[in-house]
Amino acid sequence: MTTQSLSRRALLKSGVAAGATLVIGVDIAGRVRAEAEKPVVSPLSAWIKIDQNGFVTLVYSKSEMGQGVSTSLPMILADELSVDWKDVRVEHAASTPAYGDQGTGGSGSVAGMWMPLRIAGASAREMLITAAAQRWNVAGTECHAKSGAVWHGSDKLGYGELVESASKLPVPDAKTVRLKKPEEFTIIGHSQPRTDIPAKVDGSAVYGLDVRVPGMVYAVVARCPVFGGKVKTFDATKARAVKGVLDVFVIEPVGRGVHSWGGVVVVAETTFTAMQARNQLEIEWDYGPALSESSETLRRQFRKLVDSNMKVVLQQGDFEAALAAAPSEKKIECDYELPFQAHATMEPMNCTVHVQNDRAEAWAPSQSPTQVQDVISQLTGLSKNKIQVHTPFMGGGFGRRYQADFPTEATQIAKQFRKPVQLVWSREDDMTHDFYRPASYHRLSGAVDADGNITGWRHKCTSTSIAEWWDPGSAPESSELGCTMQMPYLTKSYKLEYLPAASAVPRAWWRSVEASVIGFVMESFVDELAHAAGKDPYEFRIQRLGESRLVKDPSDSRERPLETARFKGVLQLAAGKGNWGKPLSRGEGRGIAAHYSFHTYVANLAEVAIENGHVRVKRIVSAVDVGTPVNPDGIRAQVESAIVYGLTAALKSQITIENGRAVQTNFNKFTTLSMKETPPIEVYIVPSTVAPTGIGEPGLPPTAPALTNAIFAATGKRIRRLPIQPGDLA
Amino acid sequence: MAISFEVNGETRSVEVDPKTPLLWVLRDSLNLTGTKYGCGIAACGACTVHINGEPARSCSYPVASVAGKKVTTIEGLSRDRSHPVQQAWIAEQVPECGYCQSGQIMTAVAFLEKHPRPTSAEVDEGMSNNICRCGTAQRIRKAVLRAAGMTNGSADQVGTGGAR
Ligand code: FES
Ligand code: FES
Repeated sequence: MTTQSLSRRALLKSGVAAGATLVIGVDIAGRVRAEAEKPVVSPLSAWIKIDQNGFVTLVYSKSEMGQGVSTSLPMILADELSVDWKDVRVEHAASTPAYGDQGTGGSGSVAGMWMPLRIAGASAREMLITAAAQRWNVAGTECHAKSGAVWHGSDKLGYGELVESASKLPVPDAKTVRLKKPEEFTIIGHSQPRTDIPAKVDGSAVYGLDVRVPGMVYAVVARCPVFGGKVKTFDATKARAVKGVLDVFVIEPVGRGVHSWGGVVVVAETTFTAMQARNQLEIEWDYGPALSESSETLRRQFRKLVDSNMKVVLQQGDFEAALAAAPSEKKIECDYELPFQAHATMEPMNCTVHVQNDRAEAWAPSQSPTQVQDVISQLTGLSKNKIQVHTPFMGGGFGRRYQADFPTEATQIAKQFRKPVQLVWSREDDMTHDFYRPASYHRLSGAVDADGNITGWRHKCTSTSIAEWWDPGSAPESSELGCTMQMPYLTKSYKLEYLPAASAVPRAWWRSVEASVIGFVMESFVDELAHAAGKDPYEFRIQRLGESRLVKDPSDSRERPLETARFKGVLQLAAGKGNWGKPLSRGEGRGIAAHYSFHTYVANLAEVAIENGHVRVKRIVSAVDVGTPVNPDGIRAQVESAIVYGLTAALKSQITIENGRAVQTNFNKFTTLSMKETPPIEVYIVPSTVAPTGIGEPGLPPTAPALTNAIFAATGKRIRRLPIQPGDLA
Repeated sequence: MAISFEVNGETRSVEVDPKTPLLWVLRDSLNLTGTKYGCGIAACGACTVHINGEPARSCSYPVASVAGKKVTTIEGLSRDRSHPVQQAWIAEQVPECGYCQSGQIMTAVAFLEKHPRPTSAEVDEGMSNNICRCGTAQRIRKAVLRAAGMTNGSADQVGTGGAR
């Protein structure tokens, strides 16, 4: 889930396809290969197609899960190409190895595709200009492109008339092709209606569960409710007797890299029959060692770990000396706790696969179609060019759909039952067999001096590490500490310590990953330090950011530095728009928090009222710096979405563990923010012309701390354990 | 035993276990996949349809009990997305992943029939039992009010037309 920056090394290839259609491809994988200095083959990842009538089709290669890539990515192409947005059609790239990696995540689509798409669009535009100039016998520099045509004075040639000759010209050098200046953009930076929305208001959008293939059957899997448990024996007599049941068999768990659980499969003519028959299975499980795990045992373990000497991950200055020198009233120590969280995408996991002797086809709502192809290839022995993967719309992703467990199960089933099989996860399956956001525990200690300088900041952290789960040999803290590595606030000493906790609960990337945790902890603690220093929490942050600086990541020299000026910029914008400092009624409070993640800066301001021991969120103001805002309304939508997701995690949802299994099995127990509880959310975007950065996730991390800081302002009560429990404010 | 009922103006007859929830009959037998499965326990509203004009959670509604009744699904709301609620949904750019939106729209249509001039608080009340995991509640609120003709939506609305 890292965001890779792309350079102009991205390669271009042109070719003539289907008569006179200009096809420009961007070779995303080219960057990797160029770095490795290997010869470049050309897997096309994004295309512009112009036909002789001038119709323009732009192909996007990322998965649409509501984040708007089917609009924002083509907007970039269209602008450089100099066509009008209304004349453009978009199309999703089919997934074949030729397209390179189509993984969608890490808030990286627009950030990663920005330069390749601009170069592709600009190259096509320049080729069309050259073709027109040759036709008129004038210099290309005397011509310009606009609205799908090339102009020379009042002479005009439409792209459709030029496409055939343009497609025979050499592709301009990607390093030198003329890119538009920001002030020349006509589409980028101007909100465009999302291309995927019309199909989402009339039921015609096809999600994974809506895939219907002739001859298709449906399957469900009974998995052990306890994490890591296995089937001991089972009796399928009653299940097989259900009318419409076609087969019952066992699939094995698949380990490292996949972590599917295996179980008893029921194949049936309809989804409901399969679900009904599953209830009739009599299964004896071998629960395995996880049976004794619970949230309470984990909590005891966490506490023991933070009480112990932990591994020092980072040390700057002398924290112990700073703490020893501070007077007791300027010293604080606080413990913060965050639970497991389920992704709970609105559409549960599912995957449709058809395995035949010499080929396979899959319809996989996956954030990583290339991985689906790998899985099918490995399980069936078919070569990848015999495997076609379609990516339907996805009912939410949030990181869950990066995993390969559901495609693995579907392939195992389809290998055995040779018909197109749709594997359906019930909501209960989805919630109890997620890869959860890790649970974690944090002990923060710090001190301020008489002038309000931070003299010491120590963060001792333990969690159910993602890295350890997926790659037992790796450093467990590598997935857990994230932005603690780039401390924006000035402190005379800084120390990070970590030890992983042992747990059988599966975990992985959840929306904004570790930033969802670290953002809460850091921005709560800085608020606590402000209080200890007797300062206004907003002013304290601004002062502690100090002069404009670049904060490097000491653990990774290639990581982009945090720019404190931009961090400060979003705080100032949010504070200004959110009337920071303006008096409120009794029982009301304002809180602010900022966080840098996925190279994007976000500050959120929350206004709350406490009514009968309950918190009501009255208003959220968000300020974001995403570099160049490509589709401003799309950015606002993503930030609104991330804030609601963050408020749900702060106020409502959690996954707790008892007897080695998830307690919450459906939306009646895993509750989410309702419309009544959703405050008005205002999103302000910092104007910018630097390269765009991610936006699907960064709105989330500063949400919970803005809220809990506001609760503190209203009540003097510090919330240090999420989600907020009813008794916390009593 | 065949069970007959009207779906989007057409009489349909299905041979299924009478306990089968209407949701699965619509999706698996009648190929009307616009109605979504989200929870199966009447907790999310993704499966909302109209039965004789009343909103109903089709995941928890045995098909036997719709015999002889009129069912409207999202596919039957209009032929061309022209229903004012659909139009409002596009104008406010409501859907993100979109998965909950069939249920949201069907709930909103039924709500507006009962409350043609709702206040914002009434919209909140009427729409609060539908879950949107993508957090589109604020846009839904605006869209419902827009459909009721109460507002022109956000000041900085995006243009209409454009790519599709
Ligand atoms: S699927 Fe029927 S209410 Fe959730
Ligand atoms: S738009 Fe995704 S769940 Fe509502």
